[in-house]
Amino acid sequence: MMLLSGDPPRSRVLTLLLVVIILALAATPFLFPGAKALNVAAKICVFAALVASYDLLLGYTGSVSFAHTMFYGIGSYAIAIALYGMGPNWAAVATGIVVGLPLAALLALAIGLFSLRVAAIFFAMITLAVASAFQVLASQLSWLTGGEDGRSFQLPELLRPGTVLISKNLFGFEINGRILTFYLVFAISALMILALLRVVNSPFGRVLQAIRENRFRAEALGFRTVFHLTYANCLAALVAASAGILNALWLRYAGPDTSLSFSIMLDILLMVVIGGMGTIYGAIIGATIFILAQNYLQSLMGVASKAASEAGLPLLPGLLHPDRWLLWLGLLFIASVYFFPTGVVGRLRHGGGDKSAGASH
Amino acid sequence: MTELAANDPLPKPKRDLAPILLPVALALAMIPLVGSPSTWLTLTAASLAMGMMIFIMASGLTLVFGLMDVLNFGHGAFIAVGAYVATLVLAPFAASMQADSLWMNLAVLAPAALLSMAVSGALGLVVERVLILPVYGQHLKQILMTTGGLIVAEQTLYALWGPQIIPMPLPTSLRGSFILGDVAIAKYRVLAMLIGLAVFIAIQLVLNRTKLGLLIRAGVENREMVEALGYRIRRLFLGVFMTGSALAGLGGVMWALYREQVHASMSDDLTVLIFIVVIIGGLGSIGGCFIGAILVAMVANYGGFLVPKLALVSNILLMVAILMWRPRGLYAVTSR
Repeated sequence: MMLLSGDPPRSRVLTLLLVVIILALAATPFLFPGAKALNVAAKICVFAALVASYDLLLGYTGSVSFAHTMFYGIGSYAIAIALYGMGPNWAAVATGIVVGLPLAALLALAIGLFSLRVAAIFFAMITLAVASAFQVLASQLSWLTGGEDGRSFQLPELLRPGTVLISKNLFGFEINGRILTFYLVFAISALMILALLRVVNSPFGRVLQAIRENRFRAEALGFRTVFHLTYANCLAALVAASAGILNALWLRYAGPDTSLSFSIMLDILLMVVIGGMGTIYGAIIGATIFILAQNYLQSLMGVASKAASEAGLPLLPGLLHPDRWLLWLGLLFIASVYFFPTGVVGRLRHGGGDKSAGASH
Repeated sequence: MTELAANDPLPKPKRDLAPILLPVALALAMIPLVGSPSTWLTLTAASLAMGMMIFIMASGLTLVFGLMDVLNFGHGAFIAVGAYVATLVLAPFAASMQADSLWMNLAVLAPAALLSMAVSGALGLVVERVLILPVYGQHLKQILMTTGGLIVAEQTLYALWGPQIIPMPLPTSLRGSFILGDVAIAKYRVLAMLIGLAVFIAIQLVLNRTKLGLLIRAGVENREMVEALGYRIRRLFLGVFMTGSALAGLGGVMWALYREQVHASMSDDLTVLIFIVVIIGGLGSIGGCFIGAILVAMVANYGGFLVPKLALVSNILLMVAILMWRPRGLYAVTSR
C-alpha cells in the first residue's frame, strides 16, 4: 500500500493483469529465449514510464502536449552524444544525465512560461510547433547529432553483452551485461512509475485534478494554477528525458526515428488513451498492449495480407499490409475515444469486475 | 465622448492598421539586408505566393476555431487528400498538361482543382458528422479524435496510392518565369498569388457583405447570442467546416504543384505552419490569418536567404515575437 501510495488498482482483473505483466517482464530473460523478446520487454518498460509521465499531463492536468517526444529525445541524445564523444565510461553516462535532465526541465519551463502568455487553447499547437522545430534542428545539426543517421555508441564495460557476470550455472542461464542492462531499465522504469503514482496521489496531484476539472474554480480556491501546471510540465519532462536515457542505453543508439519522430508522439497518445487516462496504471497496460501489437500483430497482418492477395480480393491486401497497421490502430483510437473514453483501466474499474464501483457511475 | 444624435450614423469602428503595416515594414526593412533589388523582388514575390497558398489552407481552420471553438488537428488530412485527388485527373491527362497552351493546361487544372475541392469538402462533411459532432465543447477529445482521423486518413492514402512520392509536374505553360529587366518571377507564383487574392477577396465579401457572413462573424464573437436569436449555428458551422475543408483541398493541389510532388506526409509539415499562422493571426480572424500567412512566408523566404541556419526556428521566433506584442494574435476577434 505504501509502495502504491494508497492508490491500488481497485479491480481484481486489473490487479491480476498488472501482476502478470510485471512478472512476465521481470522473468523475460529466463522465460522467453531470444533477443526479440528481450527487446520487446525493454521497450515495454521504457514506454510504460514514458506514457505514465505523459499521463501526468494528459490525464491529470488535462493539457495536451505534443512536445513529449522532444523531452524523450533530449534524454536519448544527451546520453548518446556524451557516450559517443567521451567514450564508453561511467563519467560519460553521468555527463549525459547531468546535461540532459536539466536541459529538458529548462525547456519545459520555457514552454510553460511562454504558453502562459497566450490562451490555454493554444498550448497543444505551440508544443507541436516547438517539437517540430526541435526535430528539424536535431536532424540539421549533424555534426552534433549525426543527422538522420543518429549516433551509435558503446556502453561501459559492465553493461556490454560480452561481459559475463555469472557463467552458466545449474539452471543453464547466463547472466551477462545485456541482462544487467535490462534489469537496470526495468528497475528504473518501475521506480519512476511508482514515483509518479506518489506524485498524483499527493496534495499536489489533487490540485492538478482540480485544475483539470475546473481551472477557474481551482484558481478561485486560491491555488496558483500557473505554478502547478508548469511544475507538472517540468516533472513530466524530467521523467520523459529519463525514459529517453534508458531507451538510448538499451538500444546503444539515438536517432530521429527511435527517439524524436512524430509517430512516437502518436504512439504515446494511443497508449495513454487505450490504457486509460488519469490512472497511471493505464500506462503499463497501454504500453504492453500497444508494443505487443506493434511487434507481433504486424506479422499476423502480413499473413492475412498475403492470404487476401492470393484470394484475389481487391484493396484488402493493401489495407492489411503490415506497414498499414497504424491505420487499424487509428481506427481503434477513434473507437476507444468514442466508446471507452476511460480506457482499459477505467473499463475494468467501473465496467465489469468491480460491481460496487460500477453502480456509482 | 461626443454626443450622438438619434439619426446620426453609428461611428465607424477604428481600423487597426498596425498589423497590416507589419509585413510591409518587414519587406522594406529587408531591402538593405538583401542587397540587390532584383533578388529582393524575387524573394518578395516568392513570399507573397507562398503566403497566399498557406492562407488558402489556413483560412478554413481559423474560422472553424473561431466559430465553434473546435480544435481540428486533422486539417492537414484535407490538404493531402486534395493533392492526391488532383493526381487522379492530372495523370490521365498528362498529354494536355504537356501541351504548350495555357488554355489547354488550365482546362485540365481547373477541373482537377474543383474535383479536389469537392472531395475534400465531402470528406469535411463526414469528418464533422462522425468525429466532431460527438465531442463539441470538449477540447481534449477533439484533439484526440481529429488526431486519430489524421492517422486514418494518412494511412488510407498510403494504402490506396502506395507510400512512394508521386511526381506532379507543372504544366508546360506555367513553367519558367516572367523576366522584367533582371527580375525573374516564376509564372506559377503569379498564378498562386492571383488565386490567393481571389479567395481572400471572396471570403471578405461573403463575410462583410452578406447575411451569411454577418451570422458567421456574429457567431465568432458570441455563439450563444446567435443561437438565442434563433439561428441554427450548427448548420452554419457545418457549412463553414465544409468550405474550410474544400479550401484546404485547393491549397493542397496548389502546394503539390508548387513542390511538384505529392506525399501523404506533406500534411504534417503544413499542419505546423498553418497552426502558427492561425495563432499569429488570432482565432477566427480572416484578415489576421492573411497577414499571418504572408509574415510566415516572408520569414521563411528572407530568413532562408539571409541566415539559412536560422530558417529552422524562424517561424517559432516569429510566433514568440508576435505573441509578446499581442498575446491573442494580431486581431483578437473572439470573446474568448
